[in-house]
Amino acid sequence: MNSGGMIYNILSLGVPFSVALLVAALGENFNQRAGIFNLGCEGIMSMGAFLGFLPAFFIKTGPLAAHVNLLGFVFAMAAGALLGLLFALVTVTFRASQGIAGIGLQMFGWGIAGTLSRHFVGGVTGVEGVPAWAIPGLAKIPFLGGVLFNHNPVVYIAFLMVPTSWYLLFRTPWGLKVRAVGTYPRAADTMGINVNRVRYQALMLGGAMAGFAGAYLSLCQAKMFADDIVAGRGFIAVALVYFGRWNPVGILGGALLFSLAQTLQLSIQVGGIKFPYEFAVMLPYVLVIVVLAFTRKARMRGPTELGKPYNREMRV
Amino acid sequence: MQAASEPIQELKLVGICKRFPGILACDNVSLEVKRGEVLALVGENGAGKSTLMNILAGLYQPDSGTISLNGEAVHFKTPNAAFAHGIGMVHQNFMLVPNLTVVENVALGSKNLHRFMNLDLNGARRRIKEISEHHELPVNPDAYIWQLSVGEQQRVELVKTLCFGAQLLILDEPTSALTPQETDDLLARLKRMTAELSIIFISHKLNEVKALSDRVTILRHGAVVFNGTTADHTPAELAALMTGHEVTLPRNESHDQSTEVILSVKALRARGDRGNLALDGLDLELRAGEVLGLAGVSGNGQRELADVLAGLRPVESGTIHFQGKNLTNHSPRRMIEAGLGYIPEDRHHEGIVPSFSVQDNLVLKDYASPKFSFSCFLKLGEIERNAESLRECFDIRCSSTSVATGSLSGGNIQKVILAREIARCPKALVAVYPTRGVDMGAQEFIHTQLLARRKEGVGVLLISEELEEIMNLSDRIAVIYKGRILKVLPAAIATREQLGLLMAGVVNE
Repeated sequence: MNSGGMIYNILSLGVPFSVALLVAALGENFNQRAGIFNLGCEGIMSMGAFLGFLPAFFIKTGPLAAHVNLLGFVFAMAAGALLGLLFALVTVTFRASQGIAGIGLQMFGWGIAGTLSRHFVGGVTGVEGVPAWAIPGLAKIPFLGGVLFNHNPVVYIAFLMVPTSWYLLFRTPWGLKVRAVGTYPRAADTMGINVNRVRYQALMLGGAMAGFAGAYLSLCQAKMFADDIVAGRGFIAVALVYFGRWNPVGILGGALLFSLAQTLQLSIQVGGIKFPYEFAVMLPYVLVIVVLAFTRKARMRGPTELGKPYNREMRV
Repeated sequence: MQAASEPIQELKLVGICKRFPGILACDNVSLEVKRGEVLALVGENGAGKSTLMNILAGLYQPDSGTISLNGEAVHFKTPNAAFAHGIGMVHQNFMLVPNLTVVENVALGSKNLHRFMNLDLNGARRRIKEISEHHELPVNPDAYIWQLSVGEQQRVELVKTLCFGAQLLILDEPTSALTPQETDDLLARLKRMTAELSIIFISHKLNEVKALSDRVTILRHGAVVFNGTTADHTPAELAALMTGHEVTLPRNESHDQSTEVILSVKALRARGDRGNLALDGLDLELRAGEVLGLAGVSGNGQRELADVLAGLRPVESGTIHFQGKNLTNHSPRRMIEAGLGYIPEDRHHEGIVPSFSVQDNLVLKDYASPKFSFSCFLKLGEIERNAESLRECFDIRCSSTSVATGSLSGGNIQKVILAREIARCPKALVAVYPTRGVDMGAQEFIHTQLLARRKEGVGVLLISEELEEIMNLSDRIAVIYKGRILKVLPAAIATREQLGLLMAGVVNE
């Protein structure tokens, strides 16, 4: 394979590969901007992947059969929002330690999805999934067309979520409230913002997006469900939020960097390049650690109250 | 959060009680304010002033008692409800979100600017402009809060509260972080505002209370002990009412100069937490047996200087000599062993381990010495005896020396730190804001202790923003401004005005 072809392959594979990470991290960004650290992202993605897959698995005929994928995404997002609500109840209302609650949610989502899958599905079965849809005209552009405009439609939706999230966070009243409650909840409270309500909303939105990311994995990427389908992407998404400094554009950069490194290592293995595959597999993770370690900390811009429950009547 | 429909003619609080776990913060408090009036609410720390005002601002719920506006009972369940009635509070710790701009902070609380999927920032900008021009409070609407100085933040906080339509302004210790000039400026400004507003002014600085207020209400241990017209009483009378006894803070009268330099700092440069050059070529000499007061508005490098001296912050260039030895960039342990005592600014996080007992905190720096340990075992009996004797000498009020130190009051925590540092017989003592937030009784005690150390030949570096404290205790006064020492004056000839100008960076030869 010539090097041009290899680069083309890496890029055109890496872009759809980044979607699950991107959407989950954009959702986690809303959580963290509101001051809640949700390590349970992985668990919500597992549930999303399972519930997204379920309609396509069960409904093969009938009037709904044409809409199974849409139905799957709706189920996944609803379940994600519900799990976000559960997490909000535990960490916002009952003020439980967010780290511990997050690990609990991760194991809960992962375990339930696996158990239900064994019960209803049994072994590993494939589904048709969401087919690719080339954007007319744009897909014909040499090189770029294949890299950017020849994917399944969910990819395009996911990339539109970047400017949408940015706008929501930086240009709407709700985004302003989210940023305020994550940085100085007491100030927000004195200005008449209901801190806990905003945190609930942010957690539910973040959960729905994690569910969406999970459904993407089972319906668009793997086109099947297995209980380890998420494979740590939820945790990587949490790291990407730091990496992107709580900014959707930065998160997009992080998600692309990670997934391109991932496809690079795959093509190193597939392309028969002489390189120990163990190190190739490590590459994306090492890259993230190195970049995280050497990026300058933006202390004044991030949510400084991240991880701390708010109690109005606590004396300061 | 629009301007209230009718103006506030009269506000009355009757029989307000508020209990926190373990304390009665407000005990049957009643007070009233009329239109155009300035009421000073005076009391020591922990007297319940802030709690009472947080109730009035809708942030806390009272356990009992009523609030009435223009004769009508009102109940503020949320801060929104208080705004809606025209009550606005400027908190002691500014309620501004640091990573938002001024305009965003105002927009955050202005619900009428919130549209679906759109934020009317231009509306907020117009409102800020209107208010700041009307009240002569200049602010830059597009600056981030974290970029502003404390004085600027205060102006923003005032403008913000006025933008929300406040007619009764509650100011919680508004001058605590300002220079004397900024303070005068603020008082003049507030005086002008009384034409349109009522003000409740919380303070324990009695000269400010005298300058601004019409009436004064004094709280002690959560209860009202005095209510009267300001003009009829002298500051000394008010101070006695506030503390419950006559207070005479000790003064350093001798001013005799020793010459032996014990700590010398030359051309010191170090960076602050944000990477800025917080100390920029600072020179300072501390002599044995003197109190050197370091005056300055906080944020001019005091914190960084204290950190550097304690060995907690790396020095970029310059030297620190302690008793002739170069100790630049040595570890905190080396500084401690060399004989440097340190009373840190943040007593809860740096001065003590809050969850440790008083006994343990008293040996934090010496637990490994043969006096308190044998091989790898602690001598618990010795540690307890040490604590009991220090508790007596330093009048530490606690139910037992085995209680968690964090549960003591601020003044007593400070006494624990003072006892630990002084018991180690330091050669020099760096005291950073040693009386900030402690009551007058503890303040008197701490001042007496510092002067006693001076007599014994200890060099005391006193970092404070209370000019009075510095002028009372010091032999010499150094003024710090933007990471440099602007000038060193003998305390005997320094005046308040002169120091105030220097603190603002004005040097007129």
